[in-house]
Amino acid sequence: MAYSIDEFHTDYTRHRARQLATFWTVAVLLLALTWATGQLAGFFRVTQLTLADGSRAEAWVLAAGLPRLGEYIEKTIPVLRVESIGADFAEWFWRWKTWARLLLETVLIGFLATFFGVTGGLLLSFTAARNLAPARWIFWATRRTLEIARTVPELVWALIFVFCFGVGPLAGVLAIAMHSTGALGKLYSEANENIDMRPVEGVKAAGGSWADQMRWGVLPQVIPNVISYTLLRFEINVRSSSIIGYVGAGGLGQELRTAISLQEYTNLSALFLIIFATVMVIDWASEKLRHRIIGLGKTA
Amino acid sequence: MLLEVRNVSRVFGAKTAVDRMSFTLDKPGFLGIIGRSGAGKSTFLRLVNRLTGASGGEIRFRGKNVLALRGAEMRAWQSQCAMIFQQFNLVPRMDVASNVLHGLLNRRSTLATMFSLWSDADIHRALEILDRLGIAEQAAKRAEALSGGQQQRVAIARALMQDPAIILADEPIASLDPMNAQIVMDSLRRIHDEDGRTVIANLHTLDTARRYCDRVIGMRDGRIVFDGRPDQLSAAVAREIYGANEHFSEAATSTSIDVLEPGDAELLPA
Repeated sequence: MAYSIDEFHTDYTRHRARQLATFWTVAVLLLALTWATGQLAGFFRVTQLTLADGSRAEAWVLAAGLPRLGEYIEKTIPVLRVESIGADFAEWFWRWKTWARLLLETVLIGFLATFFGVTGGLLLSFTAARNLAPARWIFWATRRTLEIARTVPELVWALIFVFCFGVGPLAGVLAIAMHSTGALGKLYSEANENIDMRPVEGVKAAGGSWADQMRWGVLPQVIPNVISYTLLRFEINVRSSSIIGYVGAGGLGQELRTAISLQEYTNLSALFLIIFATVMVIDWASEKLRHRIIGLGKTA
Repeated sequence: MLLEVRNVSRVFGAKTAVDRMSFTLDKPGFLGIIGRSGAGKSTFLRLVNRLTGASGGEIRFRGKNVLALRGAEMRAWQSQCAMIFQQFNLVPRMDVASNVLHGLLNRRSTLATMFSLWSDADIHRALEILDRLGIAEQAAKRAEALSGGQQQRVAIARALMQDPAIILADEPIASLDPMNAQIVMDSLRRIHDEDGRTVIANLHTLDTARRYCDRVIGMRDGRIVFDGRPDQLSAAVAREIYGANEHFSEAATSTSIDVLEPGDAELLPA
């Protein structure tokens, strides 16, 4: 016999030893990295605090700070009494007329930004796909454009556009649309790179132009992905548009900012609940829609 | 002179896929190209249709060198020499009629093709062609729902929609069962006989070539090693084309299409 049990045993033992060595090396490296980054983030800092009797003590920063989180949340809880529940709620949501208008504005910003983001992202996704780009430099240029569009945070885009176009929802729409274009263009182009090239070749061999090849060879293949990513993006954009008002770009964000800086704690909890409920509804509806579309794609 | 191939080559890195190929076709015909996998048959057809660029040589169609065409002129040529693929290359998620109408992509405005604004006359013609191939009742189905043989006939319909002078068929029956293979080959032969269109078909096997072609070109390692009438395909020629291995050339010469008797095809929709 060429390969004995003993030889197998030796080989196997060596193999196990190598596996263990790899495991421990990786584990130690990860631990060291976690410790170093934690140090950098101030995780292990010790801070001073004043105790109830007025004396000073030292404590780990997280242990010292955690009670203050509770304190903050406690302040945002409104006074609700059983006997006057209606009046108490009315007081909690006292600005509901303004908030309702701004909530509508928030959703509309999210919608319009998604529309522009989908248009831009889809148009750029074809030249940003390695297998479809008509020339190397076009591929490179669109890839970089998409990267810039999504690397700059929405709040920064918003600041720039508020500077250009003034305070209001227009700046918010443009800011979120910009970021969406970058993010969606990337996702769409990755879907484009995974397609079957045979239909594209079929269209090309029939004399179809590059645009024809994209329209008929590529788009029908990626449309379920496009719809799915778009719905997901709409959710994200509504969330973003509720923040973007912080820098004056429209939506509920401006109310959030006022509430935080003027320390109107119960307003803050009311706004949070409104945003949370809206996102939940959109989340639920788009998931339904997405499953329907994907389901249809399978059966037909 | 209809088609004139002169010293055409194609080099991929260190490999010469097509090596100084030359032949002429003076009138419409049914031409078969046979040879082993990798002999350069597919590359040659892709050169003619301009899916691949040539490394050298000329291909003249009615005197014009099609290898020199660019942009819109090249696409116009592509629509004149329709291509049929081994894997059909249809758009799977779209209906059959739309796939056939793709044969018009080069003949209609960009606006019309982007939004599929086909005229009633165009749609009518697509249905007529599908009817001619015996699959009109499949027109509204998704292409991916059809069998392989039906999909290949849709591909032939798309080719006919282009109203081509030449049909290039790259292994059109290699992924089909014997019955469907016969239907597809019969359809191609009929298109040649009735419309006078030239068909150039890459075929794996001698037998299919013998049965359907007026002329056969044998290729080996990118070069033409045989060019003649099908009845001149002797065992010696087969060895030349398929290699010295006795068993291999035996296997290559006998094919699945023999399972049906001549004449059976008339019973089938074509």
